[in-house]
Amino acid sequence: MIATLQAFFQTDLGIVVLTLLEALALLVPLLIGVAYLTWFERKVMGAIQLRKGPNVVGPFGLAQPFADAIKMLFKETITPTGADRVLFTLAPMLTFGLAIVAWAVIPVNNHWGIANINVGILYLFAVSSLGVYGIIIAGWASNSKYAFLGALRSAAQMVSYEVSMGFVIVTVLVCVGSLNLNDIVLAQRHIWFAIPLFPLFVIFFISGLAETNRAPFDLAEGESEIVAGFFVEYSAMSFALFFLGEYANMILISAMTTVLFLGGWLSPVPFLPGGVLWFLLKVLLCLFVFVWVRATLPRLRYDQLMALGWKVFLPITLVYLVAVAGVLEYLGWLPNA
Amino acid sequence: MQPALSQYFPILVFVAIAAFMGLAFVFGSKLAARQKPYAEKLSAYECGFDAFGDARRRFDVRFYLVAILFIIFDVEVAFLFPWAVSLAHIGLVGFFSMLGFLGVLTVGFIYEWNKGALDWE
Repeated sequence: MIATLQAFFQTDLGIVVLTLLEALALLVPLLIGVAYLTWFERKVMGAIQLRKGPNVVGPFGLAQPFADAIKMLFKETITPTGADRVLFTLAPMLTFGLAIVAWAVIPVNNHWGIANINVGILYLFAVSSLGVYGIIIAGWASNSKYAFLGALRSAAQMVSYEVSMGFVIVTVLVCVGSLNLNDIVLAQRHIWFAIPLFPLFVIFFISGLAETNRAPFDLAEGESEIVAGFFVEYSAMSFALFFLGEYANMILISAMTTVLFLGGWLSPVPFLPGGVLWFLLKVLLCLFVFVWVRATLPRLRYDQLMALGWKVFLPITLVYLVAVAGVLEYLGWLPNA
Repeated sequence: MQPALSQYFPILVFVAIAAFMGLAFVFGSKLAARQKPYAEKLSAYECGFDAFGDARRRFDVRFYLVAILFIIFDVEVAFLFPWAVSLAHIGLVGFFSMLGFLGVLTVGFIYEWNKGALDWE
């Protein structure tokens, strides 16, 4: 029986089935994680604001995400009269799809990345750059002023912070000498990059907040001024896809922070083995900070947001990159030398 | 399958799953829920008023400027990726050629900054 299975998984069809199973083994927990992240966020915000958070549906409100999902599913799907129907329907799928597709390369444990490609980090960078398309398409296709303004703001903000994010990633690459995510984690066996590259770690995380349109950078949504920004015209499951996409992106940014700076699955305690649990724990820690920041900080003004991206983060990351490369070159500490 | 391509095959699987889920969610909801559209419900949202004209109109040129700046710097980042990975092999010449390139860009950046391209009022 086992031999037959092994033989089957060598064939082309077997490889397809195996990959499909692997992908589902990652995506099903991910989607449940996304659903419970909404619960987690409301619970943590509730605790911070001395409220209870959701506590009616199920024990501790644990069934709340599913109640929300069912409610969304049975809402009417509205396509505004002036909208470009095809693009309007496509945009939420694109946003959600990109948030899912990026997960193909994340290594949750040593060699557990489903697609262990050599250009892993470049792929992640590319996919997260594409995220801006979903937003700008949604804003334009809605043919609503709020949506359009929200999309413009959001797009400008995302591209601004992507530049400094790119410099941070390149600095990590200088220290690793490989684009493979598995290698990036293994390069942190002796010391996590969060320690020698601490300022970049902070900048990366803050840029992550901006990339995912989270508070205090949620000007694209700005409930008090442009209602909900680019997805003001969306309803039912199309709206839910944007919502899920945003939360999946939060988990993705947390996973990227974990892989690049917090040593991925590596154990922080010398005598304990590394593993998926450590990875999950670190991602959860990052997510907690996401929520904590949202509950603590007020929204920035748009000029402050752009100034922070272009006049603070960009020069700092650029100088830091040159400094790190210069020091490693001078000391002869470059990897693969 | 070729070994180099087979590494990328899971990505194709992920794209297929993502597309399937997106379509299933949206059209499943369209089928499951009762649809009762009427003209007011379908008009673009504008605080309860009838919409003033079309949303496809002129917008601030600064957004365009930011996009152009982004392209310059993103191309630079794309250029830095191979340099960062092969820094150990290209020696001091490679290191300083990139510094020269970054220097030119920094001069451009300072010029933009002084011209006020990065300011928002």
